Amino acid sequence: MTRPTDFTLRGALDALAAREISAEELARAHLDAIEALNPRLNAYVAVTGERALERARASDARRARGEAGPLEGVPLGIKDLFCTEGVRTTAGSRILGDFVPPYESTVTANLLRDGAVFLGKTNLDEFAMGSSNTTSAAGPVENPWNRRNDPDTRLVPGGSSGGSAAAVAARLALGATATDTGGSIRQPAAFCGIAGMKPTYGRCSRWGVVAFASSLDQAGPMARTVEDCATLLRSMSGFDPKDSTSADMPVPDFAAACGRSVKGLRIGVPCEYRLDGMPAEIEALWQQGLEWLREAGAETVEISLPHAKYALPTYYIVAPAEASSNLARYDGVRYGLRVEERDGDLQDLYERTRAAGFGAEVKRRIMIGTYVLSAGYYDAYYLKAQKVRALIKRDFDEVFAASGAKVDAIVTPATPSAAFGMDEKQDDPVAMYLNDVFTVTANLAGLPGLSVPAGLDTQGLPLGLQVIGRAFDEETVFAVGAALERAAAFEALPAVMAGKTARAAG
Amino acid sequence: MSLDADTVRRVASLARIRMEPAELARMEAELNGILGWVEQLQAVPTEGVEPMAGGGAVSLRLREDAVADGGKAEAVLANAPDREGAYFGVPKVVE
Repeated sequence: MTRPTDFTLRGALDALAAREISAEELARAHLDAIEALNPRLNAYVAVTGERALERARASDARRARGEAGPLEGVPLGIKDLFCTEGVRTTAGSRILGDFVPPYESTVTANLLRDGAVFLGKTNLDEFAMGSSNTTSAAGPVENPWNRRNDPDTRLVPGGSSGGSAAAVAARLALGATATDTGGSIRQPAAFCGIAGMKPTYGRCSRWGVVAFASSLDQAGPMARTVEDCATLLRSMSGFDPKDSTSADMPVPDFAAACGRSVKGLRIGVPCEYRLDGMPAEIEALWQQGLEWLREAGAETVEISLPHAKYALPTYYIVAPAEASSNLARYDGVRYGLRVEERDGDLQDLYERTRAAGFGAEVKRRIMIGTYVLSAGYYDAYYLKAQKVRALIKRDFDEVFAASGAKVDAIVTPATPSAAFGMDEKQDDPVAMYLNDVFTVTANLAGLPGLSVPAGLDTQGLPLGLQVIGRAFDEETVFAVGAALERAAAFEALPAVMAGKTARAAG
Repeated sequence: MSLDADTVRRVASLARIRMEPAELARMEAELNGILGWVEQLQAVPTEGVEPMAGGGAVSLRLREDAVADGGKAEAVLANAPDREGAYFGVPKVVE
């Protein structure tokens, strides 16, 4: 029999339906794996074991009554950016203190409605700002993969959803929620050899998700297969009147789209994504991916997205501007940390609380955002960035145009490199920002983007390909992603995972 | 455009983040590094381009101007670091 932690989400649902395993056994197997491996990986910041077992037993009872939901009994990790009623939520920051939300985010409420069992809250970069999961107040997450010739160097899982990615890769959850503002689902998915989907802006409600940059933030799933991401996304999605930007659109059966043929589809290959100094193996994997799609009957088409090269600097004005506004709410008064001096005034309370509560990267971004929004600089920076953002979106509109479309989807590398060491790229903020060079355009344009594990680099580390699609056409994205997945037949396993006799830890 | 020490101090004050002189100096260097890098946007012609503010294509909905939620003072105050009855507690603001 399959080890319970080795099930795909689809496989677990089948086994649960066939009564080959109970939700309680499934949850317990994952909790045991977390207990064994989390001290090393630090993928979970909180494990809600008792609650999980209680919910799993309730799930078994529902199934026995014939009331099984679409995710009945599936154990998931929840990024600690989603507010969970009665369970401490930190956003990876000290400033939230012991904040315990009195409400449940819409996305997690949807998952619970469909029968999911939450194992705990997963680690992340502070306020989802980062590409390495090294900025968390709860400490860094370790990537479960190691370099073949250098197994002792601890690697980053990517970020910001590094805890979710590491947990799914190491079999500490069947799937996980994540969020993506500039690449925070797709980049860690690629670094950890799993699939991750950032849906169209507006597809998943942002209500109850700790805000970073509201015009860019989107929730999405991570799982070990494209189809599992599709199954999770269907449950996570849906119109929510509590989020003013939530799209009132029907939610299709995304999993069904994974079986669609890609024959006749036109796949765009943007020439601007061919970067100077990009490793040859990334370029080779990209070409291999395009060849796989041609073999499956798709046509590949060279396209140009002339403003794509301005996406990262645009993002690093827009996102900090929105963050500086969103994070103004952490004032030491209503919730979270408070630091005050005797006889200090209110301004002093604000300044001391925020100095103690925010980490270095969050402070940098609040400072940049405050500056670009301040009188005298607003037009030169913020307004300029908003205009360039419009041009970036226009480039996509032109290749995806409803009439006379050049392409149906775009395929690119997911990241410019494989996972790097925990000590690398920490001294230069701009070098760290370059991780998101391929992913950030989809956020600026509000488009869906999927990262699919497609191969290994020469060091044995996973590399991903990205599929970008039209707004609200996740189905084509899933179809192309599933075709890449079938052709790639990615079966490599991380060094650290449940059930594997681990090399001496440390 | 490059930030000087006075501007960095003013921005920190606007952002309500207390910074010691050493941190201000480090921040000045880091911010100038980032701003130097985003400077490349100035080369993009954007005359007549409508700025893009939101993430979605659709215009925002309006809802009826009616109370949809509320009356939850205890839940709202449950995480407050300091409270006085049904109010948040803060240092004295008015003399």
